[in-house]
Amino acid sequence: MTALAVQNLCKSFGGLRVTTNVNLAVEPGERRLIIGPNGAGKTTLFNLITGEIAPDSGAVLLFDREITRLATRKRAHLGMARTYQIITLFARDTILHNATLALLGLSTLRWNPLVALHRQQHLTAQARAALERVGLHDIADRPLAETSYGEKRRVEIAMALAQNPKVLLLDEPFAGLSIDERRDVRELLRRIPRDVTVVMIEHDMDTALDLADRITLLHFGEVVVEGTRAEVVADPRTREVYLGE
Amino acid sequence: MTFWLLLTVNSVTFGGLLFLLSAGFSLIFGLMRIPNLTHGSMFMVGAYLGSTFLGGALGFTLDFWAAAIISALEVAVLGALMERLLLRRLAGQQLAQVLVTLGVSFMVADLCLMGWGGDPISVSTPAGLGGFVRVGLAVFPLYRMAVIGIAVVFAIALWLMLERTRLGAMIRAGVDDPQMARVVGIRVSRLFTIVFGLGAGLAGFAGMIGAPILSVYPGLDQDMLPLALVVVILGGTGSLLGSFLGSIVVGFIYNFGQALLPELAYFVLFLPMVLVLVLRPQGLFGGRLL
Amino acid sequence: MTGRRIAIVVAIIGLVIVPYVITEVYYVNIASQILLYAIFALGLNVLVGYAGLVSLGHAGLFGVASYAVAYLLAAGFGHAVAIPAAIGIGLLATAVFAALALRASGISFIMITLALGEIIWGLAYRWISVTHGDNGINVTTRPAPFGLPLSSARGFYDATLIIFLLAVASSAIFVRSPLGAALCGTRDQPRRMNALGFHVWMIRFMAFMFSGLLTSISGILFVYYNEFISPQALALTASAEGLLMVISGGAGTLLGPVVGAALVVIVKNVVSGLRFTVLSPMGFADLVKFVLNGLFQHWNFLLGAIFVAIVVFMPEGLVPGSVRLARAAWRTANRSKSARPAAAAPPAPVAEQKR
Repeated sequence: MTALAVQNLCKSFGGLRVTTNVNLAVEPGERRLIIGPNGAGKTTLFNLITGEIAPDSGAVLLFDREITRLATRKRAHLGMARTYQIITLFARDTILHNATLALLGLSTLRWNPLVALHRQQHLTAQARAALERVGLHDIADRPLAETSYGEKRRVEIAMALAQNPKVLLLDEPFAGLSIDERRDVRELLRRIPRDVTVVMIEHDMDTALDLADRITLLHFGEVVVEGTRAEVVADPRTREVYLGE
Repeated sequence: MTFWLLLTVNSVTFGGLLFLLSAGFSLIFGLMRIPNLTHGSMFMVGAYLGSTFLGGALGFTLDFWAAAIISALEVAVLGALMERLLLRRLAGQQLAQVLVTLGVSFMVADLCLMGWGGDPISVSTPAGLGGFVRVGLAVFPLYRMAVIGIAVVFAIALWLMLERTRLGAMIRAGVDDPQMARVVGIRVSRLFTIVFGLGAGLAGFAGMIGAPILSVYPGLDQDMLPLALVVVILGGTGSLLGSFLGSIVVGFIYNFGQALLPELAYFVLFLPMVLVLVLRPQGLFGGRLL
Repeated sequence: MTGRRIAIVVAIIGLVIVPYVITEVYYVNIASQILLYAIFALGLNVLVGYAGLVSLGHAGLFGVASYAVAYLLAAGFGHAVAIPAAIGIGLLATAVFAALALRASGISFIMITLALGEIIWGLAYRWISVTHGDNGINVTTRPAPFGLPLSSARGFYDATLIIFLLAVASSAIFVRSPLGAALCGTRDQPRRMNALGFHVWMIRFMAFMFSGLLTSISGILFVYYNEFISPQALALTASAEGLLMVISGGAGTLLGPVVGAALVVIVKNVVSGLRFTVLSPMGFADLVKFVLNGLFQHWNFLLGAIFVAIVVFMPEGLVPGSVRLARAAWRTANRSKSARPAAAAPPAPVAEQKR
């Protein structure tokens, strides 16, 4: 069984092919790193996996269940969570409210128009716990607009983790972070339990190399190399893609 | 038979007027991505100003055509000023810009009421065009034929401007891709002012040209604006050909609707707009500027 | 919190005693108008403020309920039938509006709602066999629930106040609820909400229905207040006025639309009646008065000018805008004492573009 499988996935915008016959098979608990230079189609691949963009052909499977045409929101309920490369948070609200919304998304409570959200103790407690996992519990009540960029990145991850996903998609979790912040986030990602399957996009090869079990190198929408860390690093085509840039 | 022929001529005439009104509306929409809700006001102001010049309120009397041109120029200046003074401050906030044009349309309507009172002003047809042409058994008012002619001339002139001149090339670039236009060094902000002025001027001109047919009255703005909206939604924004075809189509729907289904005239008019918006947001005739 | 509760109680007492303080029928009627338009504005605010969807067709929905109740009463039905039926018809029209308009957001949403509003207006204006066109429909009686007649100005005010308080309370409960939080989420980050498992379309649809409910209720009150309905109440201008109420007061706040409704109604009715006496050889003050007299007569101009000024200078609206200015003044006064950097969130403009 695979946790996440992508089969012969294709997508073009206008005449431009951004994803060409991509195949992925990620084992349960695996840490998969997807690398590739700018414009390799990494984020598009994520959008296809989450259903935010519909593929032209091919299939996406979650634990062997075909989800290619399933609405994005339903994939979340099946255990798929993602973060965004461009911070996509609720800037007017507190960090706690951001985390609460993530929990609310999977709760039937989300349809309730009568009770007060801030009085839902169990939800708030869960949200605080999720923030504690990423070390943000001390500033949980701070408005998001008053937080640093590094903190926002961690909120992104906290929201995805709060949903207790089976498959977690991280879109450049280190983007724009300082060296110290990178270390913190790396530590954070290392602590994610092995029952969560993690697929991570990175632009640079080195940033997240040590986190990965297997690596897929994407270039112009195609899988160029796939294998273990050592295999991909040693492969001449990898050097070609990165040096030829 | 004559009834149908006359209805057809009226439809085409009205379509021609609508084209003059909506060509600018469409260009503004295509370029700035906002519906200019003062466009009906511009039409009305053009008609009021023109009728005033015609009546010799300023001590001298202008000929119909001179009045139309001068009022068009004044309305063009008004439009350009509004773009510079108000919309410029809200660059990038489309919703705020729409709301501002809505507010200004309130103000203009009331200013016109202050200036010209509540009674309709009728404008006589220009000298030499008051007669009729006879084609076979049917008789057509000469002025309506002239309006069709003017609309066609303007359509060709605008087309040439867009296709053959530097300004036209810049407008086309801006409509196709505003970001790219900025990158290649087109001063998009100045282009906005020019196009806004041009669009307003065309609307003002249309107002005066339409005055002998529609007369001028408070509420003319609110009658015309939705029609321009329908035209542009049907024809697609930023498309000259689309505006032209859309205008003719709306001219027919409007006139035939009024004549055949008077009770449901507006329903018949706006339903296609809703359907297009819901089913084919890029407009019936595509979005390319021609 | 207790301070807030006290303020609410004081406000309610204040509203209840209005007809005892200003006994003149004219002013009691103005107060009723403010309340009924405040219900309309609260309904529109659910969409504009909390869903981030600007409707320019809400007068159409208002009108559907108005005409429904007027038509049914004129056809001889009793109030007990006409009112629920009109609310039902209003909600049905809302569902159709929502189904069509929610295909889009942003500018397209404005355009679709505008076109739908124009359709309703066109039907009211032209479908003469049903609506009597420009002549409108007269309503001869007001209901008398529980034996309390609404035919007097005070009776009508009391009934409107009760409905208004219910509208405010239901809005407040909705906004603080999980569904309300989800709605605000779809306004700020629709894409993220979708990825988090929320059904963005359905959340917006439910908000639209709630908005339509409040709008229909205000439409029915409007008919009973005027004892008359005509196409004018449905025109684009009426939709724009509703929008002005919401945005001037402060979209996405509870108090804002109420303040906005008061502002618009007062400008329309009270200011337009004001006249300064101007002395014959004009001094500067007289000139100012002369100009003001001109402005007072032309409330449409004034409303337009207020609209433009608010969008340009105070996009978040009067209520949040004043709060912001007051806070800024407070902070300046206490700068030396405050240790925390004043890195307050920039005010989120009402009219910021949503994608």
